[in-house]
Parts: sequence; C-alpha cells; structure tokens
Amino acid sequence: MGNTSARFSARLLIERASASIIIGLVFFWLAVNLVKSPSQFFQASVIGISNGVLYALIALGYTLVYGIIELINFAHGDLFMLGGLFAATFISVWFGQETPSTTGYGVFFLCLIAVMGFCATINVAIERFAYRRLRRAPKLAPLITAVGVSFIIQFIGIRWNGSGPRTWNSVLPAGEFVISGVHIPYTTIISFAVTIPLLVLMTFIVTKTRRGKAMRATAQDADAARLMGIDVNKTIAFTFALGGALAGAAGLLFQQTRGVTNYNLGYQLGLIAFTSAVLGGIGNLSGAVLGAILIGLVQGLNDGLPIGLGQQWSQTVVFTILILLMVFRPTGLLGKPMVEKV
Amino acid sequence: MKKPSIKFKKTSKSKKEVTKGFDQSKWIRGFTIAAVAIWIFYAFIVDLLPYVVADFFQKWLPATTVNESLVWVICALGLNIVVGYAGLLDLGFVAFWAIGGYCAGWFMSDFFHQVNIHIGSMAPAEQPGIHLSFWAVLFIGALICAAFGVIIGAPTLRLKSDYLALVTLGFGEIIPQIFFNGENIGGFNLSNGSKGISPVDNIGLFGKKLGPFDLDWKYLIFVSLAALMVFISLRIRGGRLGRAWLAIREDELAASMMGVPLMKSKLAAYAVGAFSGGIGGVAFATHVNGVFADRFSFAISIILLAMVVLGGMGNVWGVIVGALSISWVNSTGLPAFGETVNSALGTNINFPSYNFLLFGGILVFMMLYKREGLLPESRLKQILHEADDTTSNIGGH
Repeated sequence: MGNTSARFSARLLIERASASIIIGLVFFWLAVNLVKSPSQFFQASVIGISNGVLYALIALGYTLVYGIIELINFAHGDLFMLGGLFAATFISVWFGQETPSTTGYGVFFLCLIAVMGFCATINVAIERFAYRRLRRAPKLAPLITAVGVSFIIQFIGIRWNGSGPRTWNSVLPAGEFVISGVHIPYTTIISFAVTIPLLVLMTFIVTKTRRGKAMRATAQDADAARLMGIDVNKTIAFTFALGGALAGAAGLLFQQTRGVTNYNLGYQLGLIAFTSAVLGGIGNLSGAVLGAILIGLVQGLNDGLPIGLGQQWSQTVVFTILILLMVFRPTGLLGKPMVEKV
Repeated sequence: MKKPSIKFKKTSKSKKEVTKGFDQSKWIRGFTIAAVAIWIFYAFIVDLLPYVVADFFQKWLPATTVNESLVWVICALGLNIVVGYAGLLDLGFVAFWAIGGYCAGWFMSDFFHQVNIHIGSMAPAEQPGIHLSFWAVLFIGALICAAFGVIIGAPTLRLKSDYLALVTLGFGEIIPQIFFNGENIGGFNLSNGSKGISPVDNIGLFGKKLGPFDLDWKYLIFVSLAALMVFISLRIRGGRLGRAWLAIREDELAASMMGVPLMKSKLAAYAVGAFSGGIGGVAFATHVNGVFADRFSFAISIILLAMVVLGGMGNVWGVIVGALSISWVNSTGLPAFGETVNSALGTNINFPSYNFLLFGGILVFMMLYKREGLLPESRLKQILHEADDTTSNIGGH
C-alpha cells in the first residue's frame, strides 16, 4: 500500500513540476513579446479575442450536447460551415446585398434569425434521425455515426460551395478605429454586439426557464428526469436546437467578417472549438466561453507575435494544447472531476 | 447467441477452442491459393486474353488498384486491432501511415544527400543519401511507428473513450502538419515540405530491381505483407493479449477487476496497430514511388474506419472484405462507374466527388442498422445489441 501511494505521489510531483514548467515557459514567451513590441502584442490580442468569441459560439454547442447525452457531436463544426453557406446565399444571392447600407444591415439581422432557425432545424433533424436511435448503444456507435454525419454535411458543403474556398462581399462596414496604435475593425465590435446578447440569452434560457431546468435535470440523470415527468426526448431535441442556433449565428458572423466560405472550414474550426470546450471543462457553459477566448488568444498571439511559430503551425499549437490538457487536466479549467458510474 | 457462457469456460482451458474459429492450416491454404491465382492471372493470363476482356480489366480492375487495395488492407487490419479488438476509437491512424511513408522517404532515397550510406540496397553506390534495403526499412518503419503508437497512447490512456478519439485525432492532424511544414525546422529540412520526397529506391528481390511499374512482383510482396498481418491478427487474438483486448473492449472495469493490466494491454494494442500502419506506409511509398505530405489527410483515417466498420469490427476477414471493396470503389470503381454512366447518358456528373457522401453514409447506415458489419464477429454482435434489450438506461452512461 505504501509503495503504491509513494509511486502515485511521485507521478503527481512530476506532473505538477512539468505543468509548472510549461506554464512558466508560456508566460516567459508572452513577456518577451510584450517587451519587444507592445503594440503588436495588443493587436494580436484583439484579433485573438475576436476569434475567441466566434469559437465560443461553436464551443457552446459541443458543451451543451456533451453535457446532456455525453456525445462529442462531431458534426457540429460542419453545421457551422453550413450556417456560413446559408448566410452567404441568403444575403448575397437571395437579397443581392453586397455593400454596407441600411438595407444591408436589415438583411443581416433578418439573416441572423433565419440562419439560427436553419441550423437549429438541421441539428434537431440529425439528432432525430441519427443519434436518437443510438442513445442506448455502446459509446463507439454514436461517435462513429457523428463522424459519418460530419462527412455527409461536408459533402453538402462541396455541392453547395464547390471544392475550393469562395469569397464574398460583406454588408458590414469595413473600416476600423485606432486606439493608441491598436487597430480595431468595426466588424470586431459587431461580432461582440451579436455574440454577447446571444450568450446572455442562452444563459438565461438554461438557468432561469423551465426548459433550462429540464435540460439540467436530464443532464444529471435522464431516467430520474423522465420519472419526474420531463419529456427527455423533447429536452434533448431542444438542446440540439439551442446548439445549432448558436452555430448558425457563428456561421453568419464568420462569413460576414472574413468573407470566406469553404466546405472544410467546419472541420478545422470545429476541432478548435471542441478544444476550447475541453479547455474550459466540457459540459460547463461558462467554461466553454472562457476556454474559447483563451484558445482564440493563444492562436492570435501565435499567429501575430514577432517571436512565435507563425500561422502555419496554428493547428499544431491548438492540438498540442488539447493533448497537454488531456495529460495534465482532463477535466478542464472549470470542470469537476468525474467519477465513473458503474 | 448460442450459449456464450460455455464457450467462454472452454476458451480459458484448452487451446483447441481458441483456434477453432479459424483453422490455421485452412486459412493459410485458402489465402495462398487465392493470392497465387490472382498473381498468375495478372502476370501471365491477362496479356493472352482477347483485347476486349483485357481492356475491361484495365478499366475496372487494373493491377495497380489491386496493389493499392492491399496497402489499405494492411492498414485496415492494424486499425482493426485498435478499434475492433481493443475497442479504442482511433481517428488519427493516418499519422502512422505518414510516419511509415517518411521512413521510406528518409532511408530509401537520396533525400539526406549529406551522407552516403548503402546497406543492401539496389541503388548505385555513388548515389548520395541513405539507401537501406526495402526489408530493413519495412522493419525500421514498423518499429518507429510502434514506438510512436506507445508515445501517443501513453498519455491518453487515462482518458475516457471519446476523449481518446479526439486526442488521436489531434495527433493525426499534428504529425502530417509537421511533415507539411517540415522544410525548415530550426534550419533542418525534415521532410522537404509540400514538395515531398520522390523517387524512392527500387525494391530488391532475389537480385531483381522492382521499379514502380513491376506491379506483379510487388503484388507478391504486398500480399505476403497482408498475409503477415492476418497471421499476426489471428494469432494474437487467440492468445493471452488478444483475450485481454476483447475483455477491455467488452467491459473495461470488469476486465481490470479480473486482473487484466489495462495500461499494458492498451499500449500493446496501439503498438501493434501502429506497427502495421508503418508497414502499410512503407509499402505505399514504394507503390506511388514517393511520399507527399498533402496526401495524409483526415479523410484517410475516416476511410480506414469505414473499412473496419463496414466489414465488421473485430473480424479479420470482414475487415479485409471491407478494405478491398472500399478501396476499389474509391480508386477505380467510382471513377470508372461515373465514366460509364456519363458516356452512356451523355451527362457530366463528377462521380468521385460523391465519395464524402459514400463514406459518411456507410458509417451512419452501418451504425444505425447493422452495427456489427457485413461479416460480423459473433462475440461483438452480442455486445453491440446487448443494450437493446433493456429500456431503462436511456441516458447511455
């Protein structure tokens, strides 16, 4: 007994030490860059945070679904991509808006509602036809199904958008303002103006409404919730709708602020968003937002700082964070340690 | 569903029962006959056939497709050990394929032109670079991959199954990206970046040089490698380690309570799976005569998974059928079919672009309606449908 506990604490010690070293190195890297070129540092941070809020919208979808049925919804990122395609078609093709104008802004808000509805519907349909049947199956089955659904959605993306990237004109104003050398584009402000009310609204729904209460109860114990008279299927479908709506909003924001759509964007951003959700502690809503902003920040700093690995290593950096996190803190920053249920 | 409990008791006692499902001598005989028949057909008969028939084979089943399918079989058998036997979902198997491929690129070409090492290679002695014999590279590649399998597995084995899938996916993204950006890592050219390494050396077999177009002889090599993987898969499955894997797949907690060393067994599964990924990678590099970083995409991991799932997780023969059919559809079937349809109907549909739909569809359809695959493994079938009998556990913990 003494032997095992000694070994255990030795492992713990090594883990703690290496974790501290890694964190120390990260801070050292940040400090060196801050001293070297403060304006570039803050510029990169602004870009990073504006990416981060976008990731937050997607990450919430992962975390909501994982929280309630313990499924990594692989297809969620692709749903975001589909949202971007829908937004591009809605604004530029159906309404023909390609320049900033009052009508353009009107169409933008109309599109926000439409794209949220569109993605929510698709997400609910996926849940209804693919995941619901597998709720009692071994874990491998729904996960593989989710990967399959992701591929099917990417196929739809290829049909809709073509096999390469497509650029679009935005209806949002293109200018920027400067605060002591740091350029802040108007689109960043608009991203915040759209995202923050959505996050507040979602927090309200989950914490204050009856539906939200039902969601939390189902997440805790689906059987008990059902015995208490909660319609579990409806609650799960509602969760998927909520996640889908947020992904749709993220798709619109991405398409309008970056002006690009591509069928594989969902895969890339989806993985980043998933990493964010894990970083914050999967299943934890404020954790997902925190994780997303941190990941966005790290990515922005890595891409934009004078001493950094540069954009071509962006994905590698994010996945390295994911792997290190899994080694040192699988529960994430705000997650609670989980005990396996037998 | 016939009396699994009795079967289980016997398994632990007598070796006969273990080998019963796959009579050793029988499968080796059958496999050899089939393999040699195909070889004789492509090496000798196909040239004698009338033009129309030869043309048909050239269009629908050329020898290069056969060889490529065998590489897929080798890799799918490796993934089957991880997913089918041990029940660990690996979404980054392409990493091993890439590492194996780059082993061939490093040790069988003039890429490292700073040095001049020749050991048992067919390359001319004055050619710079590291030139080892194909067989040595095969072995080295497989061992390096197995080591990477352990490296990837070790930190992640504490995780729950779905996290594990994501971490392997992360490795499957990182490693190709390292090769893709590897032109200048601290001033060192690791992988020649997006240009890739080409050509690789010819294979030396009985003093013959097998270049990229000696498909018949390379077929013999590839089919023997596939046979080796089948042999390894079947032998390990019947042994102590294989039974430990199956136990982990079926109930991890119960297995650990019964004294199955979880860490060791899982690491072994990763190592053996990666081993075959390395063999497949080296073989593929000689097949396409080079390694190219942009080929190692996530889609490869998913296609491999689709092969395993379609054929039947855990059943070697099912996986082989799945791998052969999907790789045929992917490389020849879909384009050839599209060509035929387009020329017959005068349409212009890009059929190969439907492969995303096809593989995604296969995964979803199989999981919804036939979870155990086309050629199911009897034991797995029971587990996959076990939960269907109860209605209580709706959350799926």
